[in-house]
This record gives sequence, structure tokens and C-alpha cells, in this order.
Amino acid sequence: MKERELVIVGGGPAGMAAALAARRAGVKDVLLLERDQHLGGVLNQCIHPGFGLHHFKQELTGPEYADRFVRLVQEDRGIEVSLRSFAVRLTGTRELSYLRPGALEEVKARAVILATGCRERTREMITIPGSRPAGVYPAGLAQKMVNMEGWIPGRQAVIVGSGDIGLIMARRLALEGVAVKAVIEIQNVSRGLVRNVVQCLEDFGIPLYFRHRVSRIHGRDRVEKVSVVQVDEELRDIPGSGFEIGCDTVLVSVGLIPENELLEMAGAEMDGRTNTPVAKEVNLTSLPGVFACGNAFKVYDLADWVTRDSELAGRTAAAYLAGAAL
Amino acid sequence: MKRTMTCIECPQGCRLEIEADGTRVISVSGNKCARGAAYARQETEAPLRTLSTSVLTRGLELKMLPVRTSGPIPKQKLFEAMAEVRRIVVSSPVETGAVIVPAFLGLAVDLVACRPLGKK
Repeated sequence: MKERELVIVGGGPAGMAAALAARRAGVKDVLLLERDQHLGGVLNQCIHPGFGLHHFKQELTGPEYADRFVRLVQEDRGIEVSLRSFAVRLTGTRELSYLRPGALEEVKARAVILATGCRERTREMITIPGSRPAGVYPAGLAQKMVNMEGWIPGRQAVIVGSGDIGLIMARRLALEGVAVKAVIEIQNVSRGLVRNVVQCLEDFGIPLYFRHRVSRIHGRDRVEKVSVVQVDEELRDIPGSGFEIGCDTVLVSVGLIPENELLEMAGAEMDGRTNTPVAKEVNLTSLPGVFACGNAFKVYDLADWVTRDSELAGRTAAAYLAGAAL
Repeated sequence: MKRTMTCIECPQGCRLEIEADGTRVISVSGNKCARGAAYARQETEAPLRTLSTSVLTRGLELKMLPVRTSGPIPKQKLFEAMAEVRRIVVSSPVETGAVIVPAFLGLAVDLVACRPLGKK
């Protein structure tokens, strides 16, 4: 089995920052695995501005922010980038298997950084009752469809959850000519940034209902309407407050879950509630020589902070490889 | 005429009260710093937004190319801009920052590429 000094799983903002920082801290050999055909991860579909204000002191779109790191990674001859490479196995002694077109590769890493990011929480995780028609999408999937594939998911949309992805998709759909009927938020504040509430909803006259929830999705083959009900401070339905909104599309923007199957497989101690590694410090796991960074370690609200903390992960892995006790 | 708006210059999100005669600002209150006053003035007189969207491609690695305006454009031109964007198809490889449409909508901004994109 081929031995590698540092293997990083995931070529998004976390993995790229970790790779570059590890190199600057003296690591000679980095293998960076990315399952997509390009580096950049979720930044490739985040075409809105708002990235880089802290790290570059300049406002960039997601693809522009990614591109700054992609260039540095591609110029660095100590980083081998393997695209279309999907890690399928990790052991506690850092043996790692990955699939790439036409081959199953196995490597033994002296250190591993998992920068595997998140998945979206789905309709099933917040249990919206009703039928199961077409037209219900996680907001981030709809984002990829609209921004990268050129598919418009529907004509009239209701968005569940007012996190940043939901707000940004409300604007995105409105710009594409979709009637965005409402954003429904069960809490009494938006979890998104103030600028997103203003520029994504107020600019387009999209109503935001606080302390409301979607109580049912209706429709046989395709979504036809949703039932909405107001809730009190304890999130109990207020009788008689219900109303319906006609729509053919529901976007669900209800948070992210770290994607940590590899860590689990390797036997790392996990927090089952957040699906993140139990750790005494940022980026550490219970396994020696196995680190986690970015959204795989905890869910961040800004890519700039992912970059900052993932650079630390790269330096920490370098210190481990140089013999430091962690 | 009085109107209120939320300042978006920083995450504090000050609630601004603007007294204006049409688009002429008479006074601004509720702002905790000078940026708030400037924002209120700009938003009242001529609100500006940077547009970011994707355009279709032909023969390139990805089906769509992310683009944005190189600077902010008048807010009321956003839909006109989107109608223009829908007519564009990019079929040559581009680098980040490449000008896709110069003087977009006749304004002093360009429509530029947000990533490099090669041939399929």
C-alpha cells in the first residue's frame, strides 16, 4: 500500500485552505481528494456575492472566492489533486480507500484531514405532514439546479425556513421570474444575515412570516398548495390562525448536517446530536493523526471562517507530522 | 414623507428613519455611525445592487457560467438586466474576470465571468 504524508478528503474551501496551510508549515506531500470534476465544493453553486469580506477585504461571489484558492493549489507542486475521487473507507490507522474513474486506490496516510462538508437537512427531518408530490426540494439542491444546470424548479414557490440559503434562493427565484409567495419561519427572528433579509426579501416584496409553520403539503402528483399556521412562543399551533398558499414548489431550508461517515467508520468518538466529532479543541478528533475541518467539524455561517479555521487544521496536521504531541 | 429601513452596512442592522421629499433626503436618524446616513441617502436617492446570475454555455465544461456586474447597477434595472442575461450564450473558454458583455445595458459596468471555464 502506497504511503502518503497527508491525505485531505474534500476540495472545497476547507480542504483547499488546509492543504495550502499544511504546505506552508512544511508538509512535503499532500494528496487532495475531490469527488466532483472541479475543486471548490459548494462555492461553485453559491454564485451570490458576500464572500471574502474578512479574508480578502473584498466582496466576492462564491466561484470567485474558490478560484483564488484553486489557482494556489494548482500552482503548488507538493499538492496532488485527484478529481472524481470518492473516499469510501477510512480506518483508525489511517488506511484510506477511494474510487476514481476506472480504479480503486488504497493509501496509507501518516495524517488525514477530513474536509467533507455538509448535507442538507430534508423535509423528512422536520416532519411536514401531507402527501409526497413532486416539487419539494432542499433549498441547496434547488440552488444547484438553477445556478449550475439551468433548470427552474417551478413557477410559484413557498420557502420553509429563513436561513441564508432560503433567503438567497428567494431572491434567485424571483430574479428568474418565479413568484415567491412567502418565506415561512417558525422562530421570531431570521437565522440569516440582516443584509439578506433586506436584499433578498424586501427588495422583491416577498413576505416573511415569523412564528408560522407549514403544517401540511397538498398535491397528488405535483405540489398544489401548503397549509400554514401561526404558532405561539412555545411553538404550539394557534387555533383558527391557519391559511393556505397556492404554489407548485416548496423549498426546504432547514439547516445542514455534517457529512462524517468516514470518521464514524474509522471509529472516532461522535456527538450523535450534531454528527460532529467529539473534540477537545477545534479540528481535532479522538483518533491520533485524523483531523476534521470546515463544515464537517461544525456548521459555519461564513466561508471566511471556514478558511481561517481550516488553515489552522493544516498547521495542526503539519505539527503532528513533525512529531508534536496533540 | 417619512420612511424606515434597515441599514445593511454592518451586522448591527440599525433601524433608520428617513425624512425625505420624494428622493431628496431631509434628515436621517436611528443610525449609529456615518455609514448608516450615507446608506440611507443612497437607498433613498438611487438604490444600487450588484447582480449575480448564471448564463448558458455551449461546448464548455459546465452547462452554466456564473457572472456578475463589475459594479452595482440601479435596483430598478435588475429585471431588465435578467432579460438581457437570458439572451446570452457563452461558447468560448473564459478566465475569471473576462468581460462577457461590455457596458452592460449601456451602463458604466461590464458583465464579467466569476470563474474560469474550459472546453468540454
